[in-house]
Amino acid sequence: MSQTIPQQPNEYNMKVVRQFTVMTIIWGIVGMALGVLIAAQLVWPELNFNTPWLTYSRLRPLHTNAVIFAFGTSALFATSYYVVQKTCKVSLFSDKLAAFTFWGWQAVIVAAVITLPLGLTSTKEYAELEWPIDILIAIVWIAYLIVFFGTLAIRKTSHIYVANWFYGGFIVVIAMLHIVNSLAVPVDFTKSYSMYSGAVDAMVQWWYGHNAVGFLLTAGFLGMMYYFVPKQAERPVYSYRLSVVHFWALISLYIWAGPHHLHYTALPDWTQSVGMVMSVILFVPSWGGMINGIMTLSGAWHKLRTDPILRFLIVSLSFYGMSTFEGPMMAIKSVNALSHYTDWTVGHVHSGALGWVAMITIGSMYYLVPRLFNQKEIHSIKLVNVHFWLHTIGVVFYIVSMWISGVMQGLMWRATNSDGTLTYSFVESVQASYPFWTGRFIGGVFIVVGMLLMAYNCYKTIRAGRRETAAGNVVQTA
Amino acid sequence: MDYGTWRGVFSLVILAIFIAIVFWAFSRRSKKQFDEAANSIFEDETSSTTNSDKPESKKDE
Repeated sequence: MSQTIPQQPNEYNMKVVRQFTVMTIIWGIVGMALGVLIAAQLVWPELNFNTPWLTYSRLRPLHTNAVIFAFGTSALFATSYYVVQKTCKVSLFSDKLAAFTFWGWQAVIVAAVITLPLGLTSTKEYAELEWPIDILIAIVWIAYLIVFFGTLAIRKTSHIYVANWFYGGFIVVIAMLHIVNSLAVPVDFTKSYSMYSGAVDAMVQWWYGHNAVGFLLTAGFLGMMYYFVPKQAERPVYSYRLSVVHFWALISLYIWAGPHHLHYTALPDWTQSVGMVMSVILFVPSWGGMINGIMTLSGAWHKLRTDPILRFLIVSLSFYGMSTFEGPMMAIKSVNALSHYTDWTVGHVHSGALGWVAMITIGSMYYLVPRLFNQKEIHSIKLVNVHFWLHTIGVVFYIVSMWISGVMQGLMWRATNSDGTLTYSFVESVQASYPFWTGRFIGGVFIVVGMLLMAYNCYKTIRAGRRETAAGNVVQTA
Repeated sequence: MDYGTWRGVFSLVILAIFIAIVFWAFSRRSKKQFDEAANSIFEDETSSTTNSDKPESKKDE
């Protein structure tokens, strides 16, 4: 935003936004590099070096926690604090509490990095952290909720911009999900047992698990989309009215979709069917939102040719559309009978996580970094372009490999001979998967290299900003 | 009211609320307000006339 005199009626708290922005990039590299390591372990098992804390079983939850809660959630903290201040034209409700959320959240991540490789786990997927850390998460999250809604309460505008609705929905629902799912009986400082048992435990877990996807990885990042896509495209969102309907439809439908993780299990049949129907209906608001985001560019498509940051944002929406078509399809019981427990699921998750979540985050970070550190532009737009292609090729490599191996595994596992015996042993399906696991590893390497380029690019931008500030030559930018 | 009936009624209430939201969002009366809201994020860039967002060179002085 060169030449534009910042009309800042007040001093915004950009310190906490800067902190979370930098940590987003760092944790992104850590989390994705861990993913590449465990992908390599599936191809070359020796890579665990016979060390218990380097085994796949312990690093896999560390990878998922690092990318979802360290990378993704830091990005949500950074952007929500930025957007809520900018759109409400007011500084954060409490700087001290905001600082607490930063240091508290980093403490949670460090605790995860220590405990998960040690094998301390509650065994609940995406909620593996043990009870003392769960309590810290709850405290930090409530502080986040107070800072965010406090800022909305003291806003100087009459209307609450739609991005804040999505952020707000995400913050409230994650608090509810985390607290309910993590209820446990501790037996000692590092071990606890879930409050729930049997099928109820499974249902609570996937009510949590799927809504972590629905509210953290979807609603939160849709908040990002509704601010950064219009800003980078320099035109208002395609239909603000659609965004209102999008919000209410999405949050009222997502919450029911969890049972599709438990098809053909001990969960009652009717519950599975409800989960399936709700998941299929979810296609409608998901695509409504995607179309709203992409159509924001209508009349300005040429910008995609010259602006790789916008390309990150728009391609992320294409991946969002793809995975929200794939998801409802996989939630249909007969399709799920083929896809469940195979690599297809892994591919689906990563088309959402690397395609949608990571790309919208990367685009938003490239938008934010120069603005946060007194620069007009990112250090090198060429490197952003290189990053875009590395990332896109990496994601396509990854998900295509997983589609092929997933469908192959599903078909091999269900194949029977005429006398009713299984055609293939399990290990034969493992052997057949090797080439595709290698493909996934290569895709992952592309993505991590892209992230390293991003770190370098942002580092140069931040340093240039620092140098100018030090020289008393502060560029007047918004 | 037994549990099944209550759930049926609840579903209808939610459906009615949703339809009301759609009518409200797309009503002529709300249009102006929503258009303003959609443009509100650009208010921090006051001089939209000089839309030199992408300078050709990124020279730092």
